Amino acid sequence: MAETLLEVKGLSKRFGGFVALDGIDLSIDKGERLGLIGPNGSGKSTLVNCLTGTLQNETGTVMFEGKPLNGLIAHERTRMGLARSFQLPKPFHSMNLIDNIRIPLLYTVNARHGHHLTDTAIAERCEALLRDVNLADKARRRPRDLTQVEMRKLELARAVATQPTLLFADEAMAGLSHSEVEEILAVLFRLNEEGLTIVLIEHIMSAVMSFSTRLVVLVAGHKIADGPPQEAIRNPEVERAYLGE
Amino acid sequence: MISLNLLVNAIVAGVLLGGFYAAVSVGVTISFGMLDIANIAQPAFILLGCYAAYLTNGLWHLDPILTGVIMSPAFFVLGMAVYRLYYYAFERRGDQAIQGLAFFFGLLFVGEVSLVLIFGVDYRFVEAPYIGPSLHFGWLELPLRMLLPCIFSLITIGITQLYLTRSFTGRAILAVSQDPGALQLMAASPMKIKQIAMGISIATCAVAGSFLIIIQPVEPSIGRDYIGRIFAICVLGGMTSFPGMLIAAMLLGIVESITSTFYGPSWAPAVSFGFLLVALAVRPAGLMGR
Amino acid sequence: MRAPVFWAIAIAVGAVFILLTRSFITNEYFYFAGYVVLEYIVLSTAWNILGGYTGYTNFGTGAFFASGAYSSAVLHKLPTLVHNVFGWTIPGVPLPVMILVGGLVAGAMGLGTGYLTLRLRGVFFAIATLAFTIVVQTLIVNWDYVGGSRGIYIIRPAMSPITGSYIQYLFTLMTILVVISVGIARSIENSRLGMGFASIRDDELAAEASGVPTLKLKLIATTLSGALMGMAGAPLPYYVTYLDPTSSFNLSYAVNSVAMPVIGGMTSWIGPVIGAILLGTIQQLATVTISSALNLLIVGVLLILFVIIAPNGIVGLVNSWRRREA
Repeated sequence: MAETLLEVKGLSKRFGGFVALDGIDLSIDKGERLGLIGPNGSGKSTLVNCLTGTLQNETGTVMFEGKPLNGLIAHERTRMGLARSFQLPKPFHSMNLIDNIRIPLLYTVNARHGHHLTDTAIAERCEALLRDVNLADKARRRPRDLTQVEMRKLELARAVATQPTLLFADEAMAGLSHSEVEEILAVLFRLNEEGLTIVLIEHIMSAVMSFSTRLVVLVAGHKIADGPPQEAIRNPEVERAYLGE
Repeated sequence: MISLNLLVNAIVAGVLLGGFYAAVSVGVTISFGMLDIANIAQPAFILLGCYAAYLTNGLWHLDPILTGVIMSPAFFVLGMAVYRLYYYAFERRGDQAIQGLAFFFGLLFVGEVSLVLIFGVDYRFVEAPYIGPSLHFGWLELPLRMLLPCIFSLITIGITQLYLTRSFTGRAILAVSQDPGALQLMAASPMKIKQIAMGISIATCAVAGSFLIIIQPVEPSIGRDYIGRIFAICVLGGMTSFPGMLIAAMLLGIVESITSTFYGPSWAPAVSFGFLLVALAVRPAGLMGR
Repeated sequence: MRAPVFWAIAIAVGAVFILLTRSFITNEYFYFAGYVVLEYIVLSTAWNILGGYTGYTNFGTGAFFASGAYSSAVLHKLPTLVHNVFGWTIPGVPLPVMILVGGLVAGAMGLGTGYLTLRLRGVFFAIATLAFTIVVQTLIVNWDYVGGSRGIYIIRPAMSPITGSYIQYLFTLMTILVVISVGIARSIENSRLGMGFASIRDDELAAEASGVPTLKLKLIATTLSGALMGMAGAPLPYYVTYLDPTSSFNLSYAVNSVAMPVIGGMTSWIGPVIGAILLGTIQQLATVTISSALNLLIVGVLLILFVIIAPNGIVGLVNSWRRREA
């Protein structure tokens, strides 16, 4: 029996009168590759925002590694081991790539008990992380000199720099070409092999199907399917949601 | 024992004041609430309206409200020009929040100092037949110089609301405020729509300014007191809601009026700014929600 | 260069500056005018810690500056008050102590305002700081102990605690404050704290997601910035000898403390220094020749021009010119 990493029960989020998420139950096991799909506006990003602390949910409990997350704000959750990459890359544009990676190292890794990386160790770690995503040659450049796919990779590298146990990759591949999607997927597969549990939020079905060990489908704030990818896809409600009545 | 007469008159004066405050804030509700342009220089444009009315009143004995209406088109063009500049300098470049704020702050300041250089720091006022007399209902007093601006303020807000909800451009403005991306799909240019919206926003300053100089004599530095009032009303009113803005304006007017009557006018500025700080700390979503 | 080296150089430069000026310049007007320029260096540097480094625009310089001035006024009147109430005679409070107290008071104010408003977007923070200035000004106007709207007269001590005139003493103190604030700014720039500030400025959500405790850092920036501004204001009563709300809360402090870093350059400690020396000197010279209103108009226009054309200020212009030459 795999160990449960994240346990979500009855999570709801409203924006004024609009219910974005309605009583979501979700459980994520260690080592899983979870695919999270759903039409636009179904609440996928809202769910990620609530789980990572960018937004606060109104109801529901979230337990991470057995510890409650309710009330903790984003940077506290990051320090506990939850990381996320943003849908639209949000690099620190006034800094070069090394410094972009340095921030999470200084403020997450060094903020945890026990760890304390020296300046040299940090510098080495930055270079290593950039090498892992093939950005080492642009290490001293600024984010504005990067291509779309390179920005996505920087975004992932920055999230990975926090040494997370669970990573939410929020539409990391939107707008990329086929080979670029393969590049990102390769990075994610490797990270998972190294022990990182990953939740992939994506619209690109081929990527989701090949990547996920389990698929969760959200429609209009409700979870309508949760299971092995091939099964979840064949769920009639899912078909209806994507293809219409 | 608080005199009931005094209290009721204070409340009534506050309501009338609130109507006027709403007209002063409608421009910012459009530019900041709907379009996210933090135009803190709004009071400078209002003062411009005040002094325009002062000039025509002094030179040609024109009625101030008439001046306000006549000057609106010119102010509209000015608003469009300001937005153009703001767009090319800041919005296009993206994330330059400080520079945008510094720009408007500079405008506010340059506006005030220019008025000081041209008109001096003395209080200026206008003359009109309705400044002075009041309507009396028993002990209830309705000064005409407050009643008329209040009525015309409500008319101005009503017209603006109608325009926003009925005309194509108006509804486009409302659409842009909700989702700038959606408009590009309709082949309407968000930039042009926002330009018009800003034009309307500044045009309201022409009339609002004429109301202000009717209600009280003006001098260049009173603009600063209005920053707090305008943004307090906008935030408390829910940012985009006209009814909310009206209620917030009335509330502020009443509290200010009561404070002024019973504790003295030197506390009035603190009231509006205190309102704002409390509003920001407690309910940034505003009274009517968003 | 490492921080301790910079501090050493800064202290050395400050000491040399004090020695040279006091040895060779006897014209009192130089010290009067120079004091204002030094004051602006401190204010601009302080503003820039929150503005340029962290990305939060503060229009309330006047409130922090004036609270330093008024806390000194309160302390100045303290011996009289204590004597009248308790009959004790206590010595006057020395100015350096007043400076520290001014810093504490303004720093506390920064912490308080920050706590109320920093959870909101930068725009609301900026508007709140404007609001805050008016609120504090209204409180002072209604506080009779410090003179209210009539103001208060402070008698400048006849004797300076060190050699020279009292104005030279104020000039010396302000030079020390310049060294302190520039030293602090430079130390922050290359430190973990400074990187945290920069990440907040660049993208607050991403910073928070990367583990940066954004609220805590913003509060540090606001408190530090406010404290330095309060320290710059503390000697003011002895400089002007007549302290009143209209001049101490003057919007020109707010405009200048925004314009000088913007024009000088907001990304480095040297920008505010350049901006303050440039604009401050021009204004001091201009006040003699043209009206102060016209003077301020020029500052406002320069602010608008720079913000549109050269948003990275003089430092930015120099950098891009150097990059082009390379």
